[in-house]
Amino acid sequence: MMDVKKIKDEHVTLQEYTYQLGNVDKGYTNRTLYINLSENKIKTKEVTQQMKEKFIGGKGFGLWYLWNAVTPQTKWNDPENEIVIAGGPICGITQYPGSGKSLICTISPLTGIPIDSNVGGYFGPLLKFSGWDALEIQGKADKDVIIVIDGNNGTVKIEEAPLEAIDGHVIGEQLTEMYADSEEDKRNVAVVTAGTAAEHTLVGLLNFTFYDVRRKVARLKQAGRGGIGTVFRNKKIKALVVKYQGVKGNLNNPVDQGTINQTGIKLHKEICKLDDKQNGMRKIGTANIIEVMDEYDLLPTHNFKFGMHKDTHKISSKVFIEKYITQGMADGCWYGCSMACAKAADKFELKTGPYKGHLVTVDGPEYENAAGLGSNCGIFDPHVVLELNFYCDTYAVDTISFGTITAFIMDCYENGIINKEITGGLELKFGNSDAALELLHQMSRGEGFGKVAGQGVHRMKKLFVEKYGADESFLNDIGMEQKGLEYSQYLSKESLAQQGGYALTNKGPQHDEAWLIFMDMVNNQIPTFDDKAEALHYFPMFRTWFGLYGMCKLPWNDIVPESNAHANEPAKIPEHVQNYVDICNAVTGKSIDKDQLIRESERVYNFQKVFNIRMGKGLRVHDRAPYRSIGPVTVEEYESRQDRYDSQLKEILGYEVDGKTTQEKVKVLRKYREEQFEKLQDTVYARRGWTKEGIPKIEHLKEIGMDLPEVLEVLEKVGETK
Amino acid sequence: MIKVNGRDFQWEEGLTVKGLLEKKKYTFPKIYVRINDELIPQEEYATVEIKDGDDVKVIHMMAGG
Repeated sequence: MMDVKKIKDEHVTLQEYTYQLGNVDKGYTNRTLYINLSENKIKTKEVTQQMKEKFIGGKGFGLWYLWNAVTPQTKWNDPENEIVIAGGPICGITQYPGSGKSLICTISPLTGIPIDSNVGGYFGPLLKFSGWDALEIQGKADKDVIIVIDGNNGTVKIEEAPLEAIDGHVIGEQLTEMYADSEEDKRNVAVVTAGTAAEHTLVGLLNFTFYDVRRKVARLKQAGRGGIGTVFRNKKIKALVVKYQGVKGNLNNPVDQGTINQTGIKLHKEICKLDDKQNGMRKIGTANIIEVMDEYDLLPTHNFKFGMHKDTHKISSKVFIEKYITQGMADGCWYGCSMACAKAADKFELKTGPYKGHLVTVDGPEYENAAGLGSNCGIFDPHVVLELNFYCDTYAVDTISFGTITAFIMDCYENGIINKEITGGLELKFGNSDAALELLHQMSRGEGFGKVAGQGVHRMKKLFVEKYGADESFLNDIGMEQKGLEYSQYLSKESLAQQGGYALTNKGPQHDEAWLIFMDMVNNQIPTFDDKAEALHYFPMFRTWFGLYGMCKLPWNDIVPESNAHANEPAKIPEHVQNYVDICNAVTGKSIDKDQLIRESERVYNFQKVFNIRMGKGLRVHDRAPYRSIGPVTVEEYESRQDRYDSQLKEILGYEVDGKTTQEKVKVLRKYREEQFEKLQDTVYARRGWTKEGIPKIEHLKEIGMDLPEVLEVLEKVGETK
Repeated sequence: MIKVNGRDFQWEEGLTVKGLLEKKKYTFPKIYVRINDELIPQEEYATVEIKDGDDVKVIHMMAGG
């Protein structure tokens, strides 16, 4: 039993702020909380009408505050960089699945531009019910602090906190225990933390807790992407705590509770009836697609070289369901989510590291973890996948980045670019799970090659070229990063639209904007460049919308209603789009339709694009993709699918393959594929209202209502004045 | 010859929807099949035969991680 009293007794209150409790009105508290850790300053800010109209909430509020906080020269570790956490106007309703998300924005250590990450757990909703539409943290503390928001008594405190653990699963438990009045009260406490690796790497994540009353454990959900946890620890924040007792179904004070109830019930029924037949989200969550991706040659294997592997069956969803994941639990990461995809392996015995021998709850595996930590590194041992998953979470390492980083290192190792001497003895070959685990433990300790790996693929490429004489063009081909962010886990070579879905993004290659592989490659629903460009306009804008309102994207399309079989545009899941329109209007009192929904996102999306330009990125050159995401880099890759590539050369280009070497064929195919990508870029930019350089046109910004003076000022500086 | 998702595919006598899905290795359960724009119920996949020249759409409603 942890002695939380002793830990708490060491707290020193640096600042205390009292505020009037208030009610939420149509989804908004209409105020936000600002904290400056350099000055121990706490204050209230008013939410303006312009913020609500142009930025909505969630990621929109985050980007707006961040824009006003930083300059074009601001680096991720400068005091003025902020971490902004915001739900959104729908966040916190309990009737519709996936309504408890927080959106976090900061200047990323990996990319140097704004990153946003969407995470479950109870913090966002409890923050709002405590009286705040957003939490904005600026400055840096001298010593480790926690910030405690008591939403029942109306206080905010900054406290020095020297004794708490750093690792996520320990401090999550400590603070839940410390701030809950009783066992029953634990579900009213939500904690945000990072972990030890966030101090030594650039890929640190944030853990958001939710107390699982059945398991009696503080579960963890991750804001994983872009190194937000690294910023968090750089500010010397150990944790954020929010406490609010009294969650019920109408706290957003919506204008039309009946519609929210009805729409929620409709989806709950669909999930209940269809989940077993469709995805099995309630059994295994997103990991249900591991074997599907393998069967369709899309599962990244050996640093995205291949799309399938003979051993994938060893880490299939069935294995996790039968051997590890506790079944039949209400695994929602916010109240009322009947999709229940936040799966967990309980009493999992760790075999390595500082917690060796401990029985822990592992939150996962999600698909990205299984693919990134498993197949992409050539690891097909489900226990190792879960152990890596656990340690990534508790140390605060983004599982997606870790998978892609480790796979890249393994590829470099096998190509003789690095060796045992360089890695400090780690034999980082594909499939070496001991070496992968040790690499992760080194990240936590800030030692050895783990510290190098924690800088991410972008910086490692430079290091390997400068220090070890590696071939720069080869590393640029196989290093699966763009804008500094590591790719997530889908093999995009056979889908031009998915290549764009990764590369033509604001924050870097992340599938949450546009996941078009099946729609493009298998279904052939978007065959022309114009079709692909339309999809690369619609889907990123649609999915951005979830981040503005505090929603999860999964209930949109992981369960598909029966009506969809007759829909004109089935990929959009029109019945579910209408659900979102309905609950949005029912909470806020707006009267948007499905087109205005897209327009709301378009404003924020273009704002983020201009923000990137303001920070010195955001142009066409920054949307260039590593060739491995487009086509076969090596002879080995080409020959692994020779029939497919030979046919393409013959049928599409009329190229006679007989008598040609593989190197010659790789070169011809590459020229063609790269031209296709360039053409896609042109078409997508035009559809999005951007110039050929990727700059939003002023006439377009006027049309969508995002021609703010500060936005136009940035564009004038890059010569876009029309 | 038939069309499957807009691409040519070799037709053969007695080809059922189930047979086509197996040949194409389309194993994901969230699939809709339309033949000449007519929706085929899942329980009929084993019995409905595809005719030479048919336009078959096999739409995967994939989600994403």
